[in-house]
Amino acid sequence: MKISLMLNGTKIEREIAPDLLLIDFVREEGCYSVKRGCETSGCGLCTVFLDEKPVLSCSVLAARADGHAVTTLEGLQKEAEEFGAFIADQGAEQCGFCNPGMIMNAIALFRENPDPTEEEMKEYLAGNLCRCSGYEGQLRGMKAFLEYKKQGGAV
Amino acid sequence: MLKIKNYVKAESLEQAYELNQKRSNRILGGMLWMKMSNAQIQTAIDLSGLGLNEIEETDESFRIGCMVTLRQLELHEGLNTWFDHMMQNSVKDIVGVQFRNLATVGGSIFGRFGFSDVLTAFLALDTEVELFHAGILPLREFVTMPRDNDILVRLIVKKTPGAYAYLCHRNVRTDFPVLAAGFACTKEGVRITVGARPKKAMLLTVSEDMAAKIREGVCSEEEIARIAASLAKEVPMESNLRAGKEYRSHLAEVLICRGLGILQERGPKE
Amino acid sequence: MKTVGQPIRKKDAMALVTGQPVFTDDIAPKNCLIVKVLRSPHANAMVRSVKKDLAEKVEGIEAVYTWEDVPDERFTLAGQTYPEASPYDRLILDRHVRYVGDPVAIVAGRDEACVDQALKRLKVEYEILPAILDLHEAKDSEILVHPEENWKALCKVGADNKRNLCASGESHDGDVEAVLQDCEEVVEGTYHVKANQQAMMETFRTVCYLDPYGRLNVMSSTQIVFHVRRILSNALGISKSRIRVFKPRIGGGFGAKQTSVSEIYPAFVTWKTGKPSKMIFTREESQIASSPRHEMEVSVRVGADRDGRIRAIDVYTLSNTGAYGEHGPTTVGLSGHKSIPLYGSLEAHRFRYDVVYTNVMSSGAYRGYGATQGIYAVETAVNELAERLHIDPVELRLKNMVREGQIMPAYYGEQTNSCALDRCLKRAADMIGWKEKYPCRDMGNGKVRSVGVAMAMQGSGISNVDVGSATIKLEEDGVYALSIGAADMGTGCDTTMAQVAAECLDCSIEQIIVSGADTDTSPYDSGSYASSTAYITGKAVEKACRKLQEKICEKAASMLGCEVDAVEFDGHTAVDRTTGKQVTLKEIGTAGQSGNARSLQVTETNSSPVSPPPFMAGMAEIEVDKATGHVELLDYVAVVDCGTPLNPNLCRCQVEGGLAQGIGMALYEDVRYSARGQMLNNSFMQYKIPTRLDVGTLRVEFESSYEETGPFGAKSIGEVVINTPAPALTHAVANATGLWIHELPITSEKIAMGLLKK
Repeated sequence: MKISLMLNGTKIEREIAPDLLLIDFVREEGCYSVKRGCETSGCGLCTVFLDEKPVLSCSVLAARADGHAVTTLEGLQKEAEEFGAFIADQGAEQCGFCNPGMIMNAIALFRENPDPTEEEMKEYLAGNLCRCSGYEGQLRGMKAFLEYKKQGGAV
Repeated sequence: MLKIKNYVKAESLEQAYELNQKRSNRILGGMLWMKMSNAQIQTAIDLSGLGLNEIEETDESFRIGCMVTLRQLELHEGLNTWFDHMMQNSVKDIVGVQFRNLATVGGSIFGRFGFSDVLTAFLALDTEVELFHAGILPLREFVTMPRDNDILVRLIVKKTPGAYAYLCHRNVRTDFPVLAAGFACTKEGVRITVGARPKKAMLLTVSEDMAAKIREGVCSEEEIARIAASLAKEVPMESNLRAGKEYRSHLAEVLICRGLGILQERGPKE
Repeated sequence: MKTVGQPIRKKDAMALVTGQPVFTDDIAPKNCLIVKVLRSPHANAMVRSVKKDLAEKVEGIEAVYTWEDVPDERFTLAGQTYPEASPYDRLILDRHVRYVGDPVAIVAGRDEACVDQALKRLKVEYEILPAILDLHEAKDSEILVHPEENWKALCKVGADNKRNLCASGESHDGDVEAVLQDCEEVVEGTYHVKANQQAMMETFRTVCYLDPYGRLNVMSSTQIVFHVRRILSNALGISKSRIRVFKPRIGGGFGAKQTSVSEIYPAFVTWKTGKPSKMIFTREESQIASSPRHEMEVSVRVGADRDGRIRAIDVYTLSNTGAYGEHGPTTVGLSGHKSIPLYGSLEAHRFRYDVVYTNVMSSGAYRGYGATQGIYAVETAVNELAERLHIDPVELRLKNMVREGQIMPAYYGEQTNSCALDRCLKRAADMIGWKEKYPCRDMGNGKVRSVGVAMAMQGSGISNVDVGSATIKLEEDGVYALSIGAADMGTGCDTTMAQVAAECLDCSIEQIIVSGADTDTSPYDSGSYASSTAYITGKAVEKACRKLQEKICEKAASMLGCEVDAVEFDGHTAVDRTTGKQVTLKEIGTAGQSGNARSLQVTETNSSPVSPPPFMAGMAEIEVDKATGHVELLDYVAVVDCGTPLNPNLCRCQVEGGLAQGIGMALYEDVRYSARGQMLNNSFMQYKIPTRLDVGTLRVEFESSYEETGPFGAKSIGEVVINTPAPALTHAVANATGLWIHELPITSEKIAMGLLKK
């Protein structure tokens, strides 16, 4: 079947199999930031935006993205760099495999709620598993980033 | 691995219903559960183009389309205000925001899953199910019906004034519940649902005189404990990976006790 | 120090946070054959026949292999220095399948769909055999997990396949029975640790292809490139020189990837077909057919006098290695050798163990490596002793703990030359408010808040075995290229090694480029495990840099026409002290490429006769809901002595990550099997690791000692950090409820039902 969608701001049309999952579709399109960590919709590594909402790309048919906009971290490089630097400054990226999904979802959180409390950050990112960091460094990074944003983006 | 031969974005419920009569065809919900299966599907039927992803609020009820996501339920102000954040509390521990942005009310309810927080919560409310073919019927009837090829179009939740609560116990946050319980105290009585036992949620009713006392907030702690103990005994439990049935029975008593306490505290809302 | 001890950003950090394609599957060749295996549904069976013609006929299928197609020489998948302590008990495919998940056939094909279809079409006939699923029934059972004649143990570890023994042994100091008899108080307990999965986010995966020289190139997510080369050489029966193994970025290891879990299958396919291939484990495969922590049952007796002097510890460990012996003989050792020496006051100790084969998935290496299990048992027993003696458990420890300068008879007779354990414990007690909070406070609503304590140690590399090397060369533009064979698996060792180099060479971290873990180009390193990289490889880097600096001075002297002794080099400029003439590093680097016969490159290797333990104290504060049994972790404090923290940020994240894993292990992570031997927690849906809502607040501080034999005083950090949560949380639960739970995980069910029975 044929689908047409915006992928990271570029309109594309592709012939796909009806059971192709969005994660496999975007990886075939070169968006390798999108990772698979489980088969049970529970790790958050494959997070992408479908229109504006963060979703698990492992659990969405590519067919369902027809007529919609899909954004991966490849399409958010500036934001990833800006926010990611704060994770890097904690050393909390560790192995890095869960990072793209976590950073996508953190960006979604900051867009939805620019001034979240610690509890709100934990709740929003609860579906992003990480086995390296113990989450504490990620939290420090997020707090430092929010503080930086509050200061108007100056360090 | 899930295999799908054809994908059809339905243009009408009639079309979806017709297609769904074939055994090898399936309606897509949020797809989270289906994706983990090894189902071989001839035609996957997508309802997402039919405007069923809205929560309409009328004077008497909330009309919740089957494609409404759990995240929409969680954030809906009307539902939260009206039902003491019961919906929000029932879904907030389900995996994560990205998951809840996909999982649908229709999928959760139609599946009548044992572990379902959503079913446990809605069953405690005055909820009706609108099926495309069979029409409107109470959720409590629908829960016991065998799975068929009808289409769940929407839920209709009556705005019954009352006090509401949702409690659950989880081994780990974002895991399935070990036990879940919904509570409603209205002028019609006190309804309690117990889900994840681990079979699907069932409805319990508190005797009329005790319900009246709870509504008035005059039940003693001992009375509440007695009600909880006797109701918990009515609930058949089983064991699974998450817990044994004896613990579940114990938890049922604890959660019912606490839930009734909360209902008493909140008092009647007329 | 300018660079060491600084919280420097990891060199690969920005690539990782922006999601660059740096992992195995991101950079695999596009034309790889997809490799999958058919796994046994039976816990113990002989394969009678495999009908593969229907599978082979599926379009796109390249090859189907069974036990008949593979070499018959046994080997081990354990990543260990040769001769490995782990027995040679594996084949690539074995006719005898020994656990549910053991591979029966390898299928390679054009894409996943055709491989899946072919797997379905394989018809296997099994002769089902009785299985051993309980570790207590294994030793001397009539059922033998490894009855085969070509099973062999390379080392004397007390292994005997005709008794289902992967290892057994005893060591002691003094007469433990006599001292225990003389003790006024003896606490005795048996503590059961179930298997745990490392659950790194990136599952096992390997890509193979032949290079222009016909050599097998293996790109794998592994901690042990050199060991994998040997393992593949053993498995395929080909020379090591025909194999190259290297690793890209790794999505977490924690020891899981110290076993060659995925490599042999695609390697066999590529070697046979000449075509590139890859195998990506599903999460389910990573859960059911991998290398989890050894299940251990640790029996402890601790004897003391009434005034709290701990006089004797006796430990017996029964360890379950599962169907194969990877890391079986070595992990068990740590359960005694790294728990008993926490106490420096002992008059006698004894440590005995048996490691048994059973028909569950093979165990492997997981952060802590047996020390975790032993420390859980010994520390819990000590906490029980404190309760029995009515002595504050912190005081009891301060009275008995190992101190700097002591000889540790249970730790191979090594001396603690760097130990700040006393400071760690005192600081942790201050941080959590131990005096005010111990043992518990009733919150009045059915909830009780309580605290718990534990200490831990580990090693820094394997003494006299582990090897680390570093090659460093001066490049043309005054930049240094550092090459190491240790594997950065997210730990950041590429960066910390660069920090050591920059410190030695008086330059900025940006002036060091690092490449790592390629058997063709890296100097030999036994690999990143056993907490060895910072200590062992770090010292090799230091040695190499010092040597290179000498060479730079020599080169500068020849350029300046002076004696070497007259050259003063500050990392940037070399000055002839007598004339004031100078050359820059860049000029030296450039001169190194013209008419130069003096190598500006050094390789140094390091090994250590000692393995200095890092130490730590951990304390937990929890709130228990006595009705539901729910444990809410409020606060966890950890104070660690890892010697000099080379990079405090990365050390801190190591601690926090290890604590979170330890918390999961203590409270809910559980590997369980059905009555037929099926692993039930086969997904992240059924095997729950902590989310960020479950770990409370983790607070970490360092109390550093200085380890003379380590680079800039450093010891290890990676493993010790997982060891305190299980005993500290067990203790806190006991302080809140009076229940001493002797089997992990401590679920709310165990607490609530335990309280009901009280």
